[in-house]
This record gives sequence, structure tokens and C-alpha cells, in this order.
Amino acid sequence: MSIKPLAMRDVLLDRIWQAMEEDQKIFFVTADFGSPVLDKIRADFPQRFVNVGIAEQNLINVSAGLALEGYTVFAYAIAPFITMRCYEQIRVSLALLSEVRPMNVNLIGVGAGYSYVVSGPTHQCYEDITLMRALPNVRVLSPADHVSAGALFVRCVSTMGPKYLRFDAQVLPMIYETGAPDLDVGFHIHRSGRSVCLVATGYMLHTALKVAESLSAAGHLVGVIDLFDISNFAADQLETALSSYAGIVTLEEGFRGRGGVDAMLFEFIARRGLDVRMLNIGVEGTYRFELGSRAELHEQVGIGHNSVLRSVTTFIQSLAN
Amino acid sequence: MNANPIDLRAKTHWVWRETLAVHRRSPETRLASSLSPIEIFVALYYGGVLRFDPAQPLAEHRDRCIISKGHGSICMYPILADLGFFPMEELQRVCQTGSFLGGIPDPVIPGYETVNGSLGHGLGVATGMALGLKRKGSDRRVFVVVGDGELHEGANWEAIMFASQHGLDNLHLIVDDNGISMLGYTDDIVSHDPLAVRLSAFGWDCMEVDGHDVAAVQAALLQMKASCAGKPKALIARTLKGHGVPGLENAQLSHIMNPKPELIDSLLEQQP
Repeated sequence: MSIKPLAMRDVLLDRIWQAMEEDQKIFFVTADFGSPVLDKIRADFPQRFVNVGIAEQNLINVSAGLALEGYTVFAYAIAPFITMRCYEQIRVSLALLSEVRPMNVNLIGVGAGYSYVVSGPTHQCYEDITLMRALPNVRVLSPADHVSAGALFVRCVSTMGPKYLRFDAQVLPMIYETGAPDLDVGFHIHRSGRSVCLVATGYMLHTALKVAESLSAAGHLVGVIDLFDISNFAADQLETALSSYAGIVTLEEGFRGRGGVDAMLFEFIARRGLDVRMLNIGVEGTYRFELGSRAELHEQVGIGHNSVLRSVTTFIQSLAN
Repeated sequence: MNANPIDLRAKTHWVWRETLAVHRRSPETRLASSLSPIEIFVALYYGGVLRFDPAQPLAEHRDRCIISKGHGSICMYPILADLGFFPMEELQRVCQTGSFLGGIPDPVIPGYETVNGSLGHGLGVATGMALGLKRKGSDRRVFVVVGDGELHEGANWEAIMFASQHGLDNLHLIVDDNGISMLGYTDDIVSHDPLAVRLSAFGWDCMEVDGHDVAAVQAALLQMKASCAGKPKALIARTLKGHGVPGLENAQLSHIMNPKPELIDSLLEQQP
């Protein structure tokens, strides 16, 4: 394990590259999207690497065809394009067809949330969790650092079916310094607290941990959970983890109130009959064109550290009243 | 499977009658677009073109046949039943509760490879299968049947470019060129003409054939299959939507027209 932070994609691509030597069944397909590590795959395994060009619809269909022929396929593109440009191909040729055929296609979408900071809303991605979790059979995985991202390789090759891996485009600080989280659990408890628990995914785990630190200095102990497997977490364990809290805060770098992690947690809490109040933190549902650092953009839309700290403080106070 | 042209003609007529009969019982099925490709499917399945095993529809040693124009392939129901993919009695229950034979075929039907009917997906998936077979060192082939209207979907052209780039000479595209989509003649909507020239310009070997001359279709398919020159291959079969049914044949709105039951009955009575 590297001791310095790395890009999620480079760590996973390196795992794939290492495995392709022994596992002749791994095929890598890209929609003209690269990385230095990808060059190794291209150079060393030209027979099982293919660039379909800027053609995400064909990326999905070619991947489906390869999977039907028994290959474990990794398909790679920028997050908004690999989800939305080819949504019906994913629905028909992956979600629907995998209902009746054994298929293993792993979609790696790079550029979660605002991670392409200056590229604007075409390249940023706030809708993908909602869209991908709407499809049965598609597993949505949203890691927060390179350690957990790399560990997902095992899940990709050992579990059949289509998966969507939502990766940040930036190098994020390492969170799992002592080892990857338990993939079978699907979430990881980073801190325990008294009345409020922050449930975050992807980049927002970093914000949640910092906010929890700030709140701790102010005398509020809040819990923090990393929800990295949005489709297949250990439900009973999550219920146990959440049941002691009076309030739950969801944090996602995606649209708020439009079917993302917030909706998933609402449904979970309702189904489980938990007596708990919710605060949802996410991007308000508008497209914005302002430029700025990621932190500045986050503050503009209410998901930056200061905004979250204010919102959660108010939420804690409201629970006390 | 050494059917001669006479056998194929007889089989074609039998499939035509059975397709009418299925539609007579289950008017939810699309008739006109299922009558244009009958000779294509008869040549593929009875003409010694495809290798298949009804007892193991997904066996590794099969040739893959992707039927992309799903709703326009109800004629495959009698063919698959006749070949033993499923019992003949199933033809009595099309679109009924508990049947696996729907208005648009799904991959739960033995003999259907992929999801279809949502148009423009079959060729891309077939292209991935063809690439996978090549990389596995397999000599099995991939055939895809699309409608000409379906070629309006841009994803097809992504696949068409990809297939020639990778020299997928194990891939065979068959266009049921009946010239009509749902609301009219494709030439009036967005014309593909000249389709053979276009496909050739995209790097495909292209042939054209009278799609209702089953012997000619068989000969073209066998010729296509025999030639592997580093290019994907296309056969444009000129067909008539609603073939053989007065009032339906080549009618602008034939896709959404259902002939009267009495007309179907009289057609079924006319010829044995």
C-alpha cells in the first residue's frame, strides 16, 4: 500500500494491470479517456485493451458483448458521460440483460461531483448516484480515497453483474491509512457520536470528518460513517449503527432531494422504522457556471466545510429543543 | 441442413402462414415488420448458414444471431418452435399470461441472444461479441439482423465504424431494408440511400439482394460467410413490409396497421 495519496483511478488501474497478466479473461475498454497507468495496460495487453473512441454508447454495447463472451470487463470514461450519454445502453444491455445472463461489466466513472473543478457543469457530475441506483442489478460503489478505491478491484472481479464505480478525479488525502474497509459491510464507522451521525459518500467523507473535528472542538461529538457501497451494505449493521442517534445528516456531492444518498437513507430509515430526524446536505438543484476552487464552489452550493458546519450546528440545536 | 431452394421456399411459405396465424391469435404482435424478414431468417436457420443447437441455445460452439429488430421478428417464433428450441404448443399462447413469447421478444426466449426491440443496440453488442470471439481464437460467427429504420439510431454508426477499424470479418450485418419505419417511408424521413455506398465508405464489404428470393438470400449469406478478408460484411436485403398481405404490403403506415381477422382467415384458407 502506498503511503502517499494517489488518484483513485491510478490505484485501481494498477490492480487491473497486475491482474491482466494472469487473468486472461480481463478486458479493458475506454472511451478515449486515459491516464499514465492506462498506458501500461495499452502497451502490455494490446489484445485485451480497446479504445472505442469518443463513443460511450458503443463503449457500453461493446462491453456487454465482451461480457457475454465471458470476459470480465472494465469500461472507463468520464463520470457524466459513462452514465448519462449511454443511459439506455446501460439499462438495456447491462441492467436488463444481466437479469438473465451472467455478465461482469465494471463501469469506472472518473469525475464525481465537482472534481473537474474548472470544467463546468458538463464535466461535473451531480446526477449519477440517482440515475445508477434507479437501475436494478447495477451496484453503485463510491469510495472516498485511493485505498478503498483500489480494494474495490476484488469486488469487481469476484462479483458478477454490472457495477458503477464513482471515482474522484483529484488526488484526495488518504483516509484508510491502516487498511481498506470491509467490503462486505459496505460502510465504515469512522467516529461514534452522541446525538447526530454524519453519513457521507465519496469526497464528502473528507468534509464530514473535518466538520466532526470542528464540532468536537465545540463540544459536540458526532458520528461519521463512510457509505461506499450504496447498493449492497449490511442493512442490519447499519440499522444498529444508526439506531442510537436522534439525528442523521446525509452528505453527498450530488443534487439534494433528487433521489441520491439522501433518498436512499430516507427509504432505509422509513423501512426500518427508526425514530430519527434527517438533515440532507447536497447540491441545490441548479446548474451553476461560477468559477472557483472546489472549496469555494462547495460553499456556494451549501456543501462546503463552513456551510456544513453551520447547518449541522443548527440541526444539533434543533434536536436539543 | 442441406435444404435446397425448393425446400426453403416451402419453409418460407409455412413461416409466412404461421406468422399470420400467430398475429391472428395475438393481434398485439407487429405483423408487417415480421413479414419482411422471413426469407432472411429462413435462409439463416434452414439454409446451412448458422450453426446452432436447440438443446443448448447458448452453447459456446454456436454462431451468434442477434435479432436487433425485435418486434419485427415474430416470424422467429414459428421458426424456433419448428427447430425445437421450444414446443410448438407455445405458439398458441403468444402474449398470454404465463407465456414467454411476448409482443416484443425478450432474451428469456430460447434462441434469442440479447435484449432487442429497443432499437439500435443489437449491432453494438454483436460487435463486442465478435471482438471477444476473435480474441478467444474462436471461429464462430456473429450475425445481426437490423431494420433499415433502426439505422437512424446513431449508436449503430458508432458500431459500424468500430467494426471496420478492428477488421471484424466474423461479423455479418443483415439489413431488412423494407424502407418503412413507424410513420412512413424512411426515404421521406431520413434517407439512408445509397446504403451500400455508405457502408462501403465506412469500410464494410457490402452486398445487396432481393430479400424475398430466399435462394438468393441463402446464396448471398453463404458467400458472405465464406469470405473473410479483414472487413465486416453487410447484406442489404430489399424487402417489402407486410409482404404478401393485400393492403398491408408496402403501405406507409403498415407498421401500426392490423389487417382484419377475416382477411387473415381468407389468406390462410387460400393457400395450403
